[in-house]
Amino acid sequence: MSAVNSAHSVVEPSGQAKLVASVLVAFYALVSLIPLVWIGLTSVKTPTDSISYPPKVIPYVHFQPSIEGYCNLFSTRSRQTPEYLRSLPPPQGACEEITRSRNMVVVGPSNYVPRYINSLIIAFGSTFLSIVLGTAAAYAFSRFKVPLKDDLMFFILSTRMMPPIAVAIPIFLMYRELGLSDTRLGMILLYTSVNVSLAVWLLKGFIDEIPREYEEAAMIDGYTRLQAFWKVVLPQAVTGIVATAIFCLIFAWNEYAFAVLLTSGAAQTAPPFIPIIIGEGGQDWPAVAAGTALFLIPILVFTVLLRKHLLRGITFGAVRK
Amino acid sequence: MAEIRVQNLVKTFADFQAVKGANFTVNDGEFFCLLGPSGCGKTTTLRMVAGLELPTSGSILLDGEDVTFKRARERDIAMVFQLFALYPHMNVRKNIAFPLVSTGVGREEIRRRVEEAARTLRITHLLDKSVSGLSGGDRQRVALGRAIVREPKAFMMDEPLGALDAEFRHIMCTDLRNLHDRLGATTVYVTHDQLEAMSMADVIAVMNEGRIEQLGSPREIYDRPASMFVADFIGSPPMNFLHIEGTVAPGDNAIAIDGARIGIPVLREGSVETKLVLGVRPEHVTLTDVGSVRGEVFGTEYLGTMQIVTVRTPRGVVKARIASSIPAHAGENVGLAFQTDCLSLFQAGSGKVLASALHDSPMAGVSHG
Repeated sequence: MSAVNSAHSVVEPSGQAKLVASVLVAFYALVSLIPLVWIGLTSVKTPTDSISYPPKVIPYVHFQPSIEGYCNLFSTRSRQTPEYLRSLPPPQGACEEITRSRNMVVVGPSNYVPRYINSLIIAFGSTFLSIVLGTAAAYAFSRFKVPLKDDLMFFILSTRMMPPIAVAIPIFLMYRELGLSDTRLGMILLYTSVNVSLAVWLLKGFIDEIPREYEEAAMIDGYTRLQAFWKVVLPQAVTGIVATAIFCLIFAWNEYAFAVLLTSGAAQTAPPFIPIIIGEGGQDWPAVAAGTALFLIPILVFTVLLRKHLLRGITFGAVRK
Repeated sequence: MAEIRVQNLVKTFADFQAVKGANFTVNDGEFFCLLGPSGCGKTTTLRMVAGLELPTSGSILLDGEDVTFKRARERDIAMVFQLFALYPHMNVRKNIAFPLVSTGVGREEIRRRVEEAARTLRITHLLDKSVSGLSGGDRQRVALGRAIVREPKAFMMDEPLGALDAEFRHIMCTDLRNLHDRLGATTVYVTHDQLEAMSMADVIAVMNEGRIEQLGSPREIYDRPASMFVADFIGSPPMNFLHIEGTVAPGDNAIAIDGARIGIPVLREGSVETKLVLGVRPEHVTLTDVGSVRGEVFGTEYLGTMQIVTVRTPRGVVKARIASSIPAHAGENVGLAFQTDCLSLFQAGSGKVLASALHDSPMAGVSHG
C-alpha cells in the first residue's frame, strides 16, 4: 500500500480547490471580456462586415481587418458624384482612399478629438477637485471636534441616496440661470458635487485608520498641524486617495445622463458624442466601436498604473498589522 | 534641561473630569513617574504637559515660563508614544532626523546628530533600514532616538514599554534608566506597571480617579502609603487590610483586635471615625503559635526561597511572605504576628492614613513635601 499523504495544511487551499477557483475565475473573466473583445473586433471591420450574419469573428479568416472605423471616427465626410471624385487629385493616405471607395470625400476632422479632450479635462478636473475637497473634509471629520459631526456625515451620505439624475431638472434650470450649461466648469462642479460625498466617506475611513500619534509626534517635534498633515498623514493616506480617485474618475469619465442633458457643444464629453456617430452616414458601427475602444484607454492606463495601490486600498484595514 | 511645575491642573471632557487638580514639580534632571490604573488621568496629565491637550484650568510652567496654552511645537519637549509612532514611509535615519528638519538645521549637522543619537542607542546598523521590518525593541530605540536627537528640555514617555514583551521590557527598563542618567534629562514617564515605576523613577506620583494620591520616592510610597489605594496598588501581593473598630487618639501605640492588643507606631493624630483599617505588608507578617490574631491557612504559593501563605482570619484574608522552609499546610490553624514599627493605620471611610511615628523622619532621597 502506498503511503497516504496526510501532511496537508488546514489554511492553504488544496490543489483541487485552487483548480476549481482558477477555472471559475477564468470563465468569469472570459464572459466579462467578450463585450470588450467584440468592441475591438468591430472597430477593425468594415461596416458591411460588422452587421453580417452569421457574425464574422476571426480576423484574416472571416474578414479582412480595416481601419475604416477609425478613419470615419476622426473625419467628417460628404457623398459626391463619381464624376466629381474622378476630377479630384489622387487620394493621399489610406483613409482618404477608403473614403473615396465609398464615393465620399473627407471634408474635415470630426468632433471626436475635442469631445475626448473635454472628457479628459472634466473627468480629471472633477476627480482632482473631489480628492482635494474630500481629503480636507475627511481629515477634519476624522480629527477635529466638528459640531453635529454625525448629522453632517449623514447629510453628506444622503446626497447619494437617490440617483443623481433625479435632480436633473432643477440642476438643468439652475445651470441655465447661472450660465453653467455646456461649460467645462459646470460639468467639473457637477461631477465633483456627486463624487465628493463618496470621497469624504471613503477617505474618512482611511484617515481614521492612521493613528493620531503620528501627527502628535510631528507636532511635538516642531511641525504645525498643516505640515504634519502634509508630511505624515498624506503619505500614509496615498493608498486610500488612489483608490478613491479611481472610483471618482470612473464615475466622471463614464457619466452619460447629465452629459446628454447639460452639454451639447463646447463642453460635450465623449459619452454623449459616441452614439451620435451612428447617425452620420448610415449605421457606422465600426466608427462607434473605434470611439468606444479609444474611450476605454485612459481608465485602463490609470487603473493599471495604480493597481498596486488599488488592491491595497480596497483591503486596507481588513487586517491590523 | 528643565524643571516642570504643574499647578492645579484640571481637565474636563464633556461631563467627565479626567484630572482633578494635579500639583507636582519635576526637578531638573529628575525621572518622574506618573503611575496608576488605566483611566486614572495619568496620560491626560502627560498630554497636557506635552501640549497635545489643553487644560480646563491650572497652569504648567517649564523652566519658570508659563506654557499652559502654548502649542506643542513651541515647548521644546520630546515624546515617546506607546505605539512608537514611527513614520512607516520613512527609513530609520529619516525618522530620527524628522524633528531636526523642522528646526532648519543644516544637512551635515543633521547627519552628525542623527549618527550620534544612533550611537548612543547602539542602532547605527539600522539607520538605513525601513522601520516596518524592525523588532519591537529596535522600534523602541528608534523612537527614543527621535526623542533625544533634538536635545529637548524634557522627555515625555507614554507607556513606552507597554508594547514590548515582558523579558525585553526588563532590559529596556535598565537601558532607559542608564540613558536618563547619561543625558541627565528631565523625564516624565507614564505607566500602569508598578515594577517599571519602582525600578526607574526618582519620584512617583500615584494617581487614582484624576487625583494624585501620593507623591514620593519609590521607597516612601511602598513603606508609607498615604492611602489605602496606594497601599493596595503598590506591592505584589498588595498590603493586607484588617478591618477593625475603635477610637484612637494621638499618642496611642497599640490598638485592640478581638481583645488582643497589637502594637503600632505611635500615632501623631487621632480619629473620630471608628471604622479603621490596619495595613500590613505581607513581609511584615510572621506565623506564630501564640499570636492573638488567628486564622486558618487557606493556601500556599511556593516562590522558591519564599512562599506566600494565605490565611483566613475573622478580620479578613491575610497574605504572609515567609521563608519556604517554614511549614504551612492548608487547613492548619495558625496565629499571626506583625512587625509593629512598619504598620499603617487607615480610616476606612476616607482611606487616608493616620500620621504616626512611621512618618516622622523624612525619607532619604525625597525632595518633595
